[in-house]
Amino acid sequence: MFKAIGIAAAFSLAGSAAWAQAPNDAQIAHIAYTAGVVDVAAGKQALEKSHNKAVRGFAEEMVRDHTAVNDQALALVKKLGVTPQDNPTSQGLAKGGADKLRALGELKGAAFDKAYVANEVAYHKTVNGALSATLIPNAKNGELKSLLQTGLKLFQEHQAHAEHLAMTVK
Amino acid sequence: MTSPHLWIAVLAGAALAAAPVCGAAAARPRTAAVYTVTIAAMKFGPTPAAIHVGDTVEWVNNDIFVHSATARDKSFDVELKPKARLRTTFHRAGTYPFACRYHPGMTGTLVVAK
Repeated sequence: MFKAIGIAAAFSLAGSAAWAQAPNDAQIAHIAYTAGVVDVAAGKQALEKSHNKAVRGFAEEMVRDHTAVNDQALALVKKLGVTPQDNPTSQGLAKGGADKLRALGELKGAAFDKAYVANEVAYHKTVNGALSATLIPNAKNGELKSLLQTGLKLFQEHQAHAEHLAMTVK
Repeated sequence: MTSPHLWIAVLAGAALAAAPVCGAAAARPRTAAVYTVTIAAMKFGPTPAAIHVGDTVEWVNNDIFVHSATARDKSFDVELKPKARLRTTFHRAGTYPFACRYHPGMTGTLVVAK
């Protein structure tokens, strides 16, 4: 669970002390993109390791949906002429993701499935909280805000799917 | 957007005009219509209010994600890649709740009359 904790910490920083002022659009785009990259990497790892049909279906969905959002985000920042800006929250997300990949890499079979799904629940919950509380309210550009809002609806679906899966993966 | 495609009505009207008259009192057959249900931003748009047996729904995925329009009773299951347009024709009256297989919070209901 330490990835979720690390990421929660990164996002709580986003909401408070790490930002002397609210994150700007270039930072928000970077955070949202990084959050997607972390979950795509987790999904790809699950597709390499899991033999559970439901878990694999979920992982495929994560890779597909988060890649689609990130492709759209890249197209948008290009159109807007914005260069995504690295920041402590993105760095925290990336580190938390890498740590968790390493930890999950040690697990096999049902233990992996269970840990992966539990982490997906926690991760989406945390990302959704950050989107609602910090990223969407601070986004200035209308198109970026709209993409984040669609992203939030998508990730809420993912959270619900992960929660449902968590009840069935033993 | 739920708009029947006008050209079908026009074509059907032309066909009726060209057909032999089979009795002045014969009821004019209803023309099958095509309605559009659009998906955007993780939502199904409004469904047509007056769909009948023989009518068709064209599903248009304007979203950036893969979605599906899947009937709860499995009577239809259409997978829609981004920007895809696919059709379902209804042959039986009934109420059809449907959802996206991948994002089950996305739901709608089609009511097909005789």
